[in-house]
Amino acid sequence: MFFILRRVLSTVPVLLLVALIVFLMLRLTPGDPAAALVGNSGTSEDIARVRKGLGLDEPLPVQFALWSGKVLSGDLGESYYMKQPVTRLIAQRLGPTISLAALTMLMTLLIAIPLGVLAAWRHGGWLDRSLMGFSVLGFSVPTFVIGYLLIWGVSLKLKLFPVQGYTPINESFTGWLAHLILPAITLSIVYLALIARVTRASVAEALTEDFIRTARSKGISELRILLRHALTNAAVPIVTVIGIGIGLLMGGVVVTETVYAIPGLGQLTVDAVLGRDFPLIQGITLFFSFAYVLINLLVDLSYLLLDPRIRY
Amino acid sequence: MTNLNISRFLSSVVLVAVTVVGLTGPAKAQDAKTLRIVPQADLKILDPIWTTAFVTRNHGYMVYDQLFGIDGNGVIQPQMVDTFTKSADFKEWTFTLRKGLSFSDGQPVTSEDVIASVNRWAKRDVFGQVMAQSLASFEAVSDTSFKMSFKTPFPMVLEALSKPSGNATFIMPKRVAMTPADQQISEYIGSGPYIMKMDEYKPGAKIVYVKNEKYVPRTEAPSGTAGGKQVFVDRLEWVILKDAQTQANAIANGEVDMIEWMPAEQYAAFKANSNLELIKPTPAGSYDLHLNHLVPPFNNPKIAQAAIMAVNQEALMRAQMVNKDLYRPCTSIYPCDAVWASTQTGYFTGKPQFEAAKKLLKEAGYDGKPVVLLFPADFAVLNKFPPVLAQLLKQAGFNVDMQSMDWASLVTRRTSKELPEKGGWNMFITGWGPGDMMNPLFFPPLTGNGEKGWFGWTTDPKLEQLKAEFMAASTDELRKKLATDMQLQVYETGIFAKVGDFDYYSVLRKGAVSGLVVAPVNVFWNLKKN
Repeated sequence: MFFILRRVLSTVPVLLLVALIVFLMLRLTPGDPAAALVGNSGTSEDIARVRKGLGLDEPLPVQFALWSGKVLSGDLGESYYMKQPVTRLIAQRLGPTISLAALTMLMTLLIAIPLGVLAAWRHGGWLDRSLMGFSVLGFSVPTFVIGYLLIWGVSLKLKLFPVQGYTPINESFTGWLAHLILPAITLSIVYLALIARVTRASVAEALTEDFIRTARSKGISELRILLRHALTNAAVPIVTVIGIGIGLLMGGVVVTETVYAIPGLGQLTVDAVLGRDFPLIQGITLFFSFAYVLINLLVDLSYLLLDPRIRY
Repeated sequence: MTNLNISRFLSSVVLVAVTVVGLTGPAKAQDAKTLRIVPQADLKILDPIWTTAFVTRNHGYMVYDQLFGIDGNGVIQPQMVDTFTKSADFKEWTFTLRKGLSFSDGQPVTSEDVIASVNRWAKRDVFGQVMAQSLASFEAVSDTSFKMSFKTPFPMVLEALSKPSGNATFIMPKRVAMTPADQQISEYIGSGPYIMKMDEYKPGAKIVYVKNEKYVPRTEAPSGTAGGKQVFVDRLEWVILKDAQTQANAIANGEVDMIEWMPAEQYAAFKANSNLELIKPTPAGSYDLHLNHLVPPFNNPKIAQAAIMAVNQEALMRAQMVNKDLYRPCTSIYPCDAVWASTQTGYFTGKPQFEAAKKLLKEAGYDGKPVVLLFPADFAVLNKFPPVLAQLLKQAGFNVDMQSMDWASLVTRRTSKELPEKGGWNMFITGWGPGDMMNPLFFPPLTGNGEKGWFGWTTDPKLEQLKAEFMAASTDELRKKLATDMQLQVYETGIFAKVGDFDYYSVLRKGAVSGLVVAPVNVFWNLKKN
């Protein structure tokens, strides 16, 4: 319990540091949101007026104090463009991103772990070699290339799934699945390669241990040996990589959401950066940082369940 | 592994896949009366008086109406106004609104609403500010009639009240129009043909409009921004798709019905697709090269002229627009199909005159200091120009420093009045829509009032004098002459140079969509989903 409390508290300085770095980086890089806001016909006077209205004419320390004061009270501010609370905009976009990430991870785990276990069991066989080959391909081909190839083949030629958009699951489950299945396949390929490879290596190593030989000599079935003995003992590195994978997924959704025009957090981030929507960029970054820290915490906690030898 | 039945596993996977495909069905299922359009950009700002962004202006035309419109022939026609009178000296103007006009909340449109709306617009719009300075009084005569009295003759009242772009003159309820002009409105009630469904507003994803049942269209056929603005669909959705390839895929798959602005790189593919129709929804727009006159070297008109002489319109436009169908060289500062266009452009031919440019540079004593050319590398509609221009300028004898940045950085950088080495700039290229150039007085870069003017901040009293004369001119002949004089003055001072005229197309699913109205700006009434 003390460990959990300590880990939760340790996120505070991390988030503060992230907030400060993001705030400074945004202010020090070129690009004035006021100039983007007024449009092409606006004059210097228009821009100056908007800058004042947004509080961007204040000194940097004042701006930071005002913003961090709000953040501490749970207010991430208001988007310069949409005039809506950042928290509401993030909440609006959370559904598509979580759906995409969850479906991607589900598909990845359902395929990668059995494949990795099988490849370890048939070490050096055709399945193992194929998996290694696929891993190289999965790591090498950019996500957007896979995305466009799937759109071309599955959507435009076979007419099986839509090429863009998103339907919330509460409106239509089939619509939700139809819109997400190709993006999830696109994203899952790289994670599939990563997790299958790590699973293979971990299980292969576990299979060389003495307790496996003992289990075999006791006449336990191969399936039980693989799942109960080898996989369980190989779980810690696999879970670690899954945790890292979920973190990386947050970056991956930016490209995938753009290719498939899914209105999620990835697209919101790109829009906010291109428009220099400072409160929105800061809010999203803080949110992602918090999510990343939380995932790491959950991974650490999962070690306690997976390996009784580990104690904090 | 004998316990593992791989065949059974694979069969299960196939079964799941088939079930998913079967359940989700084909991609194209759509409601018959929902029209899905990909707009030119995401709609983030909803106040068309607060910003000049084109997409917000287009949203304005959905939700709001104007007192006057501009028909397909460029003639100003009454829209919300029924009748009007003007005095012989153009000082007194009286207007009467059409009967039965009401806002979407059911409240009638009154003179007070009009006065508050025009006053707010006049605080933001450059031309509105000029009009406001000339106004002696602006008052309601009755609930549906109002009067404008001017200190000096003001013949261009109708041009102001029908202004199609920049800040268009939209009419809002008084309580909304009383919002200070430097703040965005927070209530979106209009008397236009559509209502925006705020409960479905998802910027970055979808914007939904439905028919305004309270709207009273004029009886005339729709023409430009004038005439009857009929709504024939139950819902009109703006689907936000920013990626050009995704737009192309979506319309090819029948997931959207129309793309407002065809990406130029998709032109050949769209043209070859027999299921699609390409329509030019507005007259031509233009690209211009803008020079900074506040800092060296273009504060010297001779050096500015030398840069303009380097322009090779054909080379620049071909690089940017890719296909010859999409552009035309044109030396007039106005689009060549516009009423003000003139072939009198002085020394400017649109073809490179490197030797003459070099001679001018020598005469002007150009010291070889690099000129900073801004290069918006992320902005597909502009990012092919700068590398070509840089080469042309080098051939004309300039030393060029082309600086790459994103568009947001460019629009910030161009506000800087510093020297280029201290974060300022010397030149950039941008584009203008036909609505921006319909009247020389609306055209933002056509300014000679120094630091109060548009970026480049040229001081040119003669140009300002010509604009004042244009505003007071009461005949089309005189206006045309003055417009030509302004054009000659622009090239003489070297304020900016025309790069070329461009056409863009809207892409429609053939047979599925009809009724697109050609106008100075993109409008979405009269559309039918077949």
